[in-house]
Amino acid sequence: MLTEQTIRTYSSLEISTEDGLLYGVSPRVLECGLGLKIGAGTVYPEVNFTLPAMDIAEETWAEVMAHYAQMGDQILRRAVSLAAPGIMLEFELLPAMTERPEWGAEITALLKQRLIACHEKHGLPCALRVTPTDIRDQRKPPLLRTGEPWERLRRSLELCAEAGADILSIESVGGKEVHDQALMYGDFAGIVFALGVLAPRDMAWLWGRIQGICAAHPGVVCGGDSACGFANTAMQLAHQKMLPEVLAAVVRAMSAVRSLAAFEQGAQGPSKDCAYEGPVLKAITGCPIAMEGKSASCAHFSPLGNIAAAMCDLWSNESVQNVRLLSGNAPEAFTELLAYDCRLMNAAAASEGGALRMRNWMTASDEWLSPQAAVLSPAATIRIAAAIVGADGPYQRTLAAGRAAVEIIKNGAALEKLRLSRKEQQWLARIDEALDGFPAGELELMRAVEEQYGGLYDKASYGL
Amino acid sequence: MAQIQELYDAILHGNAKQAHAVTQAAIEAGAEPLPLISESMMPAMEAVGRLFEEEEYFVPELLLAGRAMKSAMELLRPLMTASGQKLSTRVVIGTVKGDLHDIGKNIVASMLEGSGFEVIDLGADVSPENFVAAVEERKPQVVCMSALLTVTMPAMKTTIEALKNAGLRTQVKVLIGGAPVTSQYAKEIGADGYSENASGAVSAVKNLLAVA
Repeated sequence: MLTEQTIRTYSSLEISTEDGLLYGVSPRVLECGLGLKIGAGTVYPEVNFTLPAMDIAEETWAEVMAHYAQMGDQILRRAVSLAAPGIMLEFELLPAMTERPEWGAEITALLKQRLIACHEKHGLPCALRVTPTDIRDQRKPPLLRTGEPWERLRRSLELCAEAGADILSIESVGGKEVHDQALMYGDFAGIVFALGVLAPRDMAWLWGRIQGICAAHPGVVCGGDSACGFANTAMQLAHQKMLPEVLAAVVRAMSAVRSLAAFEQGAQGPSKDCAYEGPVLKAITGCPIAMEGKSASCAHFSPLGNIAAAMCDLWSNESVQNVRLLSGNAPEAFTELLAYDCRLMNAAAASEGGALRMRNWMTASDEWLSPQAAVLSPAATIRIAAAIVGADGPYQRTLAAGRAAVEIIKNGAALEKLRLSRKEQQWLARIDEALDGFPAGELELMRAVEEQYGGLYDKASYGL
Repeated sequence: MAQIQELYDAILHGNAKQAHAVTQAAIEAGAEPLPLISESMMPAMEAVGRLFEEEEYFVPELLLAGRAMKSAMELLRPLMTASGQKLSTRVVIGTVKGDLHDIGKNIVASMLEGSGFEVIDLGADVSPENFVAAVEERKPQVVCMSALLTVTMPAMKTTIEALKNAGLRTQVKVLIGGAPVTSQYAKEIGADGYSENASGAVSAVKNLLAVA
């Protein structure tokens, strides 16, 4: 049982058919910022940008601001030049900018000024998503609900909302202190405990407060979260051959439950770009999602380059440094990449049945080349989403999502569509067996893993 | 000696309880620590490392083997200290100031432990002053620093300068790593070594110390 009062619970799917899951279209269209309508039939670029290697300090602050001014100007220049139908800028704060909330707010104001000027001059529909860093995990074990880091994070969210953020988001870390260790040791009990018990509790608490901040700042949208610290960590470790891909795929499916908690607390989307669990969230909530894939290779590699776009509403580059390339600076170059990606998707959608055809091509090009892609197809999305809403409470939902992912991968392998190495097959069997052995209740699981993980997390931070 | 093979198998398969029990039995039977380490534990860890390199093992198998090795070493270390035998090399490790990412650093720390190093893990967001204090107090042979953010990379340079200013730089080898870090950057800031991944970090530490 969660201790937080949920605003709504989801017991059925907002999009219940595979063919209803299309890019650019969401039942709950989100109007935000300066005339941007997300999910109303058009996919927009979401450009995320960051500093090159440099110190962030009092003495370098003018240089920091100059970088953000340059990035904002150049990104918008390219969007206008390419006649982008609209754009989302994402300002992801660096830790130092959340530690000093006024710093993050100053950059937020700077970027918003540029968006307003561009909108007034060129009529470009646009919005600013602002994502403070979750700095609550500085202490071991982390104190998530009290203490200086939480107070600074809360203040950062408030000041960024006041400074002009149109959407507030975060990549929250509750449960990660256990998940990291469990993932490294391939301990499925610890992984489920982190994803299905701890993380949803923190999500509910944190997003209840973010929703409150948004409600106190009219026009600021309560956006969404990402299981980046969980499932993307697994994805990157799998990319480096440190973890089995099947484990990363199952973690991805299960992570959707903790990310759903933001919507249960009032989030309206779009979920964060690095939330590859986004399609599951879209199927359940009907809210628009941001995704990233091939055009985010500036930040990280993935086996999900095309399939990630199949159901997106915003298409992102994850993060790119402000460094010089032959064409120009990298944020402007990646704006062009995203703009062309979106232009192709939108042109396809303008023809009869074009969006479905394009979606199916993007899906088919990746689906069976990796178990991580196999759990991201429209069909897999509906299956996982249905399993989640069909179960009761985050713990059982997490297990249900895991079982659905295992079945999808097993079926793909049985049909010889998906090729799994002997080691991957062994791990899949191990996960499958583990999923059958979980206790009925989360408190029983908590007791079972207490000796191993009890020292890693602060019970009060989870209302336990 | 059957225990040599049993301990080898326990470590190879990451069975810490078994490794502990076999080591305890061996000690009670009068076995000396060094043969257990050199004939059983180190060959097992070498086999584990080889299986990892060949992509037969993933990190969990590697770390579980390391945990088994550690459980055996916990029994042997006091005996070695008492008899004046040399203990393993000590490594101080941390994610630099301003950076909260620590899973990569944790994997390196666990893999170093599994390879027989004594690891002092300072955690994440470690200031140059705390690195200096750890070197002064714990006297490691190696300092490992990790950064995931481009904007926290400069803290590696600041830490190396702090070690120099404290007169400690010549006493330790410095190894750096993390997604945005390059070998060129390591040279620029005066680090002794660099690794682009966790398994490479273990080899790099061994190379720096010329450990077989």
